[in-house]
Amino acid sequence: MTDSLVSRERAHYLPAGLPEPAPYPDGLAREYWDATRRHELVVQRCNACRNWQWGPEFICHSCHSDELSFEQVSGRGRIFSWERSWYPVHRALQSGVPYIVVLVELEDAGRVRMVGNLLGDPRQDVVMDAEVEAVFEDHEEADPPFTLVQWRVV
Amino acid sequence: MTHSTFRGSTAIVGLGETRYYKRGAAPDPEFKMTLDAIRLAADDAGIDVREIDGFASFSNDRNDPAHLAAALGTKHVGFSNMFWGGGGGGGSGAVSNAAAAVAAGFCEIAVAYRGLAQGQFGRFGQGSTARQVAGAAAFTAPYGLMSPAQTFAMRVRRFMHEHRVEQDAMKAIALASYYHAQRNPRAVMYGKPLSAEDYDNSRWIVEPFHLFDCCQENDGAAAVIVTTAERARDLKHAPAYILAAAQGTDYRQAATVHNAPDYATSNFKTLAPRLYAMAGVGPEEVDVLQSYENFTGGVMMSVVENGFCTPEQVNGFFALETFRFDGGKLPLNTSGGNLAECYMHGLELITEAVRQVRGTSPCQLPRDVNISMVTSGPMVQPVSSLILGRESNR
Ligand SMILES: [Zn+2]
Repeated sequence: MTDSLVSRERAHYLPAGLPEPAPYPDGLAREYWDATRRHELVVQRCNACRNWQWGPEFICHSCHSDELSFEQVSGRGRIFSWERSWYPVHRALQSGVPYIVVLVELEDAGRVRMVGNLLGDPRQDVVMDAEVEAVFEDHEEADPPFTLVQWRVV
Repeated sequence: MTHSTFRGSTAIVGLGETRYYKRGAAPDPEFKMTLDAIRLAADDAGIDVREIDGFASFSNDRNDPAHLAAALGTKHVGFSNMFWGGGGGGGSGAVSNAAAAVAAGFCEIAVAYRGLAQGQFGRFGQGSTARQVAGAAAFTAPYGLMSPAQTFAMRVRRFMHEHRVEQDAMKAIALASYYHAQRNPRAVMYGKPLSAEDYDNSRWIVEPFHLFDCCQENDGAAAVIVTTAERARDLKHAPAYILAAAQGTDYRQAATVHNAPDYATSNFKTLAPRLYAMAGVGPEEVDVLQSYENFTGGVMMSVVENGFCTPEQVNGFFALETFRFDGGKLPLNTSGGNLAECYMHGLELITEAVRQVRGTSPCQLPRDVNISMVTSGPMVQPVSSLILGRESNR
C-alpha cells in the first residue's frame, strides 16, 4: 500500500483547506445541500414538463416553467469522463496530488452530470462508463457543517 | 453562397506587438504596454495614432478605451466595445466587432487590442483562495476542480474516448508550435526546441494534459488596426481583407457543472458553416490556420469541427508533417502561438495570420497565401473565428 493510498483512508478524500460549498446567496441550491446532509441525492426537476436539469437553474430551460422542485434519485450513475490532477491548483492540495475527479452521468435523472472525486487509490485505472454510486462525505468540523457527494465504483 | 455586405469590406492594415516576456518579466506596466502596441500598430499602418476612433478588446481586458483614448490624445471615440467571455474566445471576435463597427460607419479606424501583465495582476490557472464558494463553483471547487486545465481536460478525455484518439495527436500540436517558434525570434520559446521525447517525459498537469499541452503565461501587449477596404488600399502594407467572421456558442454550451448536452466539443460546430458560407470558401481552400491553444486538446477538436479532418482521421492526420509551414498539408500555428510564441490570448495568432497574407512571417509558407484563417478560444463560450484574404473579391 502506497503512502498516498494510506492518506486516502482518512475521512475525507482531499486535504482540508479547499473552498467549502456555500448555497447560492439566492438560495437556488439550498435544497440540494440540505439533502446531502440527510445523505440524499436530489436533482432539480420541472413540475410542468418533467425535465431534469443540473446545476440548479431559475427556470426550466426546456419549457420555461417557474415551477421547479428537487427530486431524490438513486445515486447510481456511470463515469462519463474523468481526470487525474497532478498539479496542485490550490495550496491545500500541495500534499494531496494526484487525485481523481469524475464526471458522472445519472441515468435515472435525464442523464444530467455531476462532479465529484472517485474514491479509492488515486492511481487506479479509471474505466469510462463504469458504474458508480454516490458516497456522502460529511465535513462536521466545518462551520457550518456540509456534506460532499463522492463516487465509488460499484 | 450567402452574399454578405460585410465580406471584404474591411481589412487589417496595422500590426503592433511589444516584446513578449515570460510571466512577471515585463519591465513596463500593462497599460503602458497596451499604449505601445497601439502606437506600433498605427506606425505599421502608416496612420496617425490620434486618428483611431474605435476600440475593441476581449477577455475582460483591464485597459479601457476611454483612458487609452485620453492617453493617446484621440480626437474622438466613435466605438468602444468588449467581447464577452474570459480566456481567448474573443480574439477574432474583438477584431470582427471592430470591423463591423467600421463597416457600419460607427468609426473609420478601429483597433483591437489586448494587454496582459500577469506579473502585475496575478496568474491564470490558480484556483480560488476564498474560504467559501457559491454558485456553480460550489459543485466543482470543493472536489479540487478549479483551473482551466482541469475544466477542459474533462471535455478532451471524453472526445478521446468517443473517437479512440491517441495522446500522440495532441503531441503533434505541441511539436508544431515549438518547431515554428525556433524560426521566430520574437517567440518566448525561441532557441528552446521540443522533441517528442521531451513531450513524452514531461510531467502531467492533469491527465490527459502534459506540461507541453498547456499554454504559457506571459506579459506583453498586441494590437491590430482595421479600416475600410477603400482606405486600406492607400496604406503602407498589402491589406489583409476580412472575408468572414463568426462568433457565438452552440446549444447550452455554458450549462453549469459540465452539463452541456454536446459535451465533447470545442464549440465551433455551428460557427464553422456560417464562417465558410460568408467567406465563400471551404476548408480545402484554407492555406494556413492559426488555432487558439489554451490546451492542445482544444485545437484538436477545433481542427475537426472546422472541417479539416473527421474525428476518425485524427490519429493519422495529426502529425508534425501535417502542420509544418514548410510543406505541411495544413500549416498550423506558424508563429509558435500560445504554446511557444506568447500567450497574448490569441491576438498574436491574428497578427501571424496577417503576416502570412502579407508574406512577412518568419515561417512564411513557400507558396502563395490567399486564405488565412483564425479560430479563437476552443471549449469556452462564446468562441469566434476569422477568415482573411489577399483579395477582397475572390
Ligand atoms: Zn419544463
